Amino acid sequence: MKNVQKQKRANKSLPFFFRDEFRVSLVIILISVALLITTFTFDVVPPILNRGIQPATFPKALLVIIIVMTLLIYYLATKNPWKVEKKLPRSFFLTLSSFVIFVVVSKTLDFFLAISALSIFVSYCWGEKRLFYLLLVGIIFPIIVFIFFETILGLRFPPGIITNIYYS
Amino acid sequence: MDNLLLMLAPLFSSKLLLVLFFGTLFGLILGVLPGLGPTTGGALILPFTMTLDPLSAIVLLTSIYCAGTYGGAITAVLINTPGTPAAAATCLDGYPLAQKGEAGRALGMATVSSTAGGIFSVVILVFFAPILAQLAYEFGQPEYFALAIFGLTMLASIGEGSPIKNLIAGAFGILISTVGKDFMTSIDRFTFGINELTEGIGFIPVVVGLFAMSEMLTQSTLINQVFNRIALKAIKLPSKDDYKKTWKTILRSSGIGSFIGVLPAEGGTVASLIGYSEAKRFSKNPEEFGKGSIEGIAGAEAANNAATGGAMVPTLALGIPGSATTAVILTGLIIHGVRPGPDLFREQPDFLYGIFGAMLIANFLFFIFGFFGAKIFARITLVPNKILWPMIFAVSVCGTYSLNQSIIDVWIMLFFGVLGFFMRRYGFSVVPVIIGLILGELVEGTLRQSLVIFDGNWLMFFTRPIALTFFILSLIALAFPLIRSRKLKKNYD
Repeated sequence: MKNVQKQKRANKSLPFFFRDEFRVSLVIILISVALLITTFTFDVVPPILNRGIQPATFPKALLVIIIVMTLLIYYLATKNPWKVEKKLPRSFFLTLSSFVIFVVVSKTLDFFLAISALSIFVSYCWGEKRLFYLLLVGIIFPIIVFIFFETILGLRFPPGIITNIYYS
Repeated sequence: MDNLLLMLAPLFSSKLLLVLFFGTLFGLILGVLPGLGPTTGGALILPFTMTLDPLSAIVLLTSIYCAGTYGGAITAVLINTPGTPAAAATCLDGYPLAQKGEAGRALGMATVSSTAGGIFSVVILVFFAPILAQLAYEFGQPEYFALAIFGLTMLASIGEGSPIKNLIAGAFGILISTVGKDFMTSIDRFTFGINELTEGIGFIPVVVGLFAMSEMLTQSTLINQVFNRIALKAIKLPSKDDYKKTWKTILRSSGIGSFIGVLPAEGGTVASLIGYSEAKRFSKNPEEFGKGSIEGIAGAEAANNAATGGAMVPTLALGIPGSATTAVILTGLIIHGVRPGPDLFREQPDFLYGIFGAMLIANFLFFIFGFFGAKIFARITLVPNKILWPMIFAVSVCGTYSLNQSIIDVWIMLFFGVLGFFMRRYGFSVVPVIIGLILGELVEGTLRQSLVIFDGNWLMFFTRPIALTFFILSLIALAFPLIRSRKLKKNYD
C-alpha cells in the first residue's frame, strides 16, 4: 500500500505530459478522433432505403462515448494520479521485436521458418542457452505442430521455402 | 425425469467420456500454470474444436473451465502464485497453511470445497437456466438491447479495476464488432480498403491475442521471477473437525459464487474475493484469516468453482456471457452454429442437458485427478517459461491460422496481443473487450431494429416495462462503485 502511494506521489511530481494518465488518454483520444473522422467517409444509405439509423451513426456514438469517458478518467486522474509503472525490461522489447520479425519472415520467406526463428529467439532471449532445448522449442515442437495440423486437421499452410519442399 | 436421463448421456458415450477425461486433464494443467488458466486455454483449444461435433466441442470447453478453475488452487497453495486470477484469494490462507507443513490439508480442503461448489452450481444451472430461458420468451428487440447494456454496465461495475476503464474497454469491444460490412445495409465500415476486413474481425484472433499473446509479453517482463515451491507429500481429505468448521462456509460461498456467476462480470475472481471476505465476516476465528485459516481456503475455493455453473446460466439462457471463460464458450457455441437462448432449450434439450451432465461429471473427475494427481500437477509448474511460452506461441499462431487459413488473422492476433499487454499495464481489463465484441452485434442489431419498430422514437424504449427495468438496473450498476467508494471513504474517515 505504501509502495503504491509512493509510486503515485512520484507520478504527481512529473510534468503533466510525462504522466502515464496524460499519455494514455492522449493516445486513446487521438485514435478515437481519427476513427471518428473516418466514419464521415462511410457511404450514406438513401432515405428511401434507410431503416432506422445510418450505418455510421452507431460507431460515431461509440467513439464519442469513448472520448467522453477518456476525458473523465483523465480528469479523475488529475485528482488521484496513477502509479508510475516500472520501466519495461530488455526482454520485453526483444520479445516485441520478435513479433515484428515473425511478420516479416512469414510474409517473405516461410510461415514455419518464422515460427522456428521466433521460438529460438524468444527462448534464447529469456535465458535458455542449452542447445537441446533450443532445438526442442525451435525445430522439434514446430514439426510436431505442423504434422498435427497438416495430417489430423487437414490444414494447408501458406507457401514458403520450407513448406514448398514438403508440398512438392 | 427425461432431462435427468439426458444429463446422464455423457456417461454412456465413450467419445464424450474421452473428451471429458482429456478436457479435465488439460484444464487442470492449464489451471496449474500461472498465466494460462481456463480462459487462455479455452481460447487456444477453440480452433481445434472445429474438428468435433458441437456437443463434444462444448463439453471439452466446459470441462476445461471447471477443472481449470480448481487447478489454480494447487499453485496458489504450493507456490503462493494463483494459477488463475480466481485463485488469488486462495493464496491468502492456502500458502501460510502450506508453510506450516500442512500443504496436504490445505489442498484437500481446496479440492473438497471446489467440488462441492461446482456441484452446487450445476444444480443451480439445471434449475434456473430453463426458468430464465422461459422468461426470455417475453423479450423482444428492445428488451434484448436493454439486457445487453445491463450486462456491460454490470461488467464495468463489479468487474476488476476501474469501472470507467472497463466501460471504455467494453465500448472498444463493441466498436471492433462494427468492422466489416454493415449487416443491415452491406456498407463497409473501418475496412480501410483491406478485403480481408470486409467479413469483420474474427473472435479467435482477438481472444487468443488478448489472452495468450498479451500474457506472453507479460511473462517476458517476469523472466527473473523465482518461485519458492513447497514440497507436497500427499493430499489429505479434510478431517471431521475441518468439515464441522467449514460446512456452513462451503454452503454460503457456493450460494455467493453461483449468484455472482449469474451476473455478467469476471465470474470466479469476484466470487472468490466475496466468498473469502464473507467467510471471514461469519467466522468465529476471523483473526486466523491470512495466517492459514482452513475456512478461508474453503470460502474462496467453493465460491470460485460455484461461479462456473452460475456463469453458464445467462450464457446458455440468454446468450450473455457470465465470465471471460464463458465468453470463450459462447464463441465456441457461435462458431458451431448453436444460437444460445430460449429456443435452444425447446429445440435441443439433449444438447443442453448433455452439457449440464458433462459439467457435473467434470466436477467429480477433477476431484479424482486432484486428489490422486496433485503432486504430479504441482511438478508442471517446474516447466520453465522460456520453454513453455515459445511452444504456446507456435500453437496460438497455427490455431489462429487454421480457422480461416488466413495470415491476416495471425497478424490481427499479434496486434491484439500487443494492445492487450498495454491495456493491462495501464489498468484496462481485456475481459470487457471480449464481451463487448461478442455482444456488439446484439447491441447494434437490437438497437437498430428497435428504432425501426419505434419509428425512430428513442423514448419508446422507456414504455416497455422489462426494458425500463434493465435500464434502471444499469443506472444502479453504474452508481454502485460511486456509492461503494463513498462508503469506504466514510468508514476510513
